[in-house]
Amino acid sequence: MRYLVVASILSSFLFFSCSEKDDGYTPTPVSLEIPQLFGQLLLPPTIPSDNPLTAEGIALGKKLFYDPILSADGTQACATCHDPQAAFSDTRKFSIGIDGIEGTRNSMPLFNLAWNSNQNFFWDGRANSLENQALEPVENPIEMHNTWGNATAELQATANYPELFSKAFGTDVITKSLVTKAIAQFEMTLISANSKFDKYLLGEATLTESESNGIAVFMDETRGDCFHCHGDPNSPLWTDNTFHNNGLDATITDLGLGGFSGDPREFGLFKSPSLRNLAYTAPYMHDGRFQTLDEVINHYSEGLVYSETIDPLMKKVSEGGVHLTEEDKADLKAFLLTLSEPGFRNNPDFQNPN
Amino acid sequence: MKKFALFFAAAVSIIAVSCKSDDDSTPEVTPVSVDLNFTHNWDGSNIENADFETTQYTNANGEELTLSKIVYLISDVTFTNSAGESFDAGDYNLVNVREEDNLTFTPGIQIPPGDYTVSFTFGFDDEDNIDAVYPDLNQTPEGSWGVPMMMGGGYHYMRLEGRFLDNTSTITGFQYHAIRANDQSTTPVTLQDTSIPVTLGQVTIGDNTTIEVKMNAAEWFKNPNQWDLNALPGMLMPNFAAQIMISENGASVFSLGAVTQ
Repeated sequence: MRYLVVASILSSFLFFSCSEKDDGYTPTPVSLEIPQLFGQLLLPPTIPSDNPLTAEGIALGKKLFYDPILSADGTQACATCHDPQAAFSDTRKFSIGIDGIEGTRNSMPLFNLAWNSNQNFFWDGRANSLENQALEPVENPIEMHNTWGNATAELQATANYPELFSKAFGTDVITKSLVTKAIAQFEMTLISANSKFDKYLLGEATLTESESNGIAVFMDETRGDCFHCHGDPNSPLWTDNTFHNNGLDATITDLGLGGFSGDPREFGLFKSPSLRNLAYTAPYMHDGRFQTLDEVINHYSEGLVYSETIDPLMKKVSEGGVHLTEEDKADLKAFLLTLSEPGFRNNPDFQNPN
Repeated sequence: MKKFALFFAAAVSIIAVSCKSDDDSTPEVTPVSVDLNFTHNWDGSNIENADFETTQYTNANGEELTLSKIVYLISDVTFTNSAGESFDAGDYNLVNVREEDNLTFTPGIQIPPGDYTVSFTFGFDDEDNIDAVYPDLNQTPEGSWGVPMMMGGGYHYMRLEGRFLDNTSTITGFQYHAIRANDQSTTPVTLQDTSIPVTLGQVTIGDNTTIEVKMNAAEWFKNPNQWDLNALPGMLMPNFAAQIMISENGASVFSLGAVTQ
């Protein structure tokens, strides 16, 4: 018992000492502003218990997101390939890294990531958290081509970053873990839920006749049947955050999820992207093969090709698809564009602070 | 449903308290929870993760097929004693066979040990099949479990999917989706509750009881309606007659397996 008392006193001193030493560490807790529809219809956002959101952490993450210091030659930031004007995607088919080398997949847009309760990131789902996702591009040889040792040393040597880390995390010793935590915090604030269709659901906007027919095509199992993978008005992420082979190729060259899992049954499966902000996220598909939404719709309507792992949800594959009428295609496109939110890409909270 | 759960929980508490105060010599009845363990087979051959996409089955119509997905919802697990008293937590469970999610389910209610007839609902009955109200079904690991409002809204009962060799020897996808039957040719849409009441039989519930619930997936294609995948490979959700047939076939799909104490 005496040992217990001594230990208690000792630990009290330790806490007191820490608190004295880190008296600059008073981060401001932040709760995400949950959009009305998300709050009504969806599960709460997934915020890691070891990375709670703070104002200081988010601000630091935003600064890092836009700072090319993370790349080996100081020329590329996260935002280079995740441009806010493109809903944090890249208008190029493939992004080009610091050595001029092209990647192999289209840059994914970034929004509503805190509602990815499956916690699978990248087209092939190989990262199981936003923090782990942010680890990769820095060392990827065809992206930032840096080492984390070098990146954190560069940050450590700056005049301002150590203090910013101290304010965000209570230590001025910069590690890759803290860098990715900060970036993930910023990314979790990228919320898009104020499109025309959101307003329609909230009774604040009306749809045109074409847009109304478009949602009917989307929700009709005999026509678009888009909802099984891309959600519905009651699931307004507009993605299932899971993986499908959507009939792009007869021969699978990019293994997608299967390349990560090693399971041949998952060769050629890629994550369904959200249909929000399609107006800004062209080109489309994991390899950016389609420049326009018309090409995407034509693919599902008459361009499907069989391969061994094609999702059974792809219908009438032997005929290329369900062959939508031209009117239905135009209406479907009109509806899809109602899911884009002009204010998202210009949201001042998301812009370059540097 | 929550109201019922509270009522029954209260009832159990009262029963337990009554037993204690009425007769001190009677041993205290401690309510217990019950585990349900869902297993799946094709006419007796177990269906496990490794069987999906690989094991070839033949349905009653003679069509060769593989499975890619079996996900289904059960609700209202009910324990009815010989006095006719029912205990029902009013909750639900979404089973994903391939991903092995929720294969074990413990209804959120504790009941006095004893003999019970155990039953549940496949899918949601109309009382529970309310559009949009379950966030964990609006956003499942498989995405939305919802049914479009044009088909009456609410939620899927099951998504069973796979591929079969059609009558032109082409490998073709099928989507055997069970929902509430709906006829969109009428205004308003005609709806018919096609959830399936399943009675497993009598079970003795003790301190640590696990009840195996067996699904024979072959039965979905067999009895009383021999399913012709060439005629009905998919697009079944808006097909009123198909949903009735699915519901009829579902009556023989589930059975009581092992009960362990």
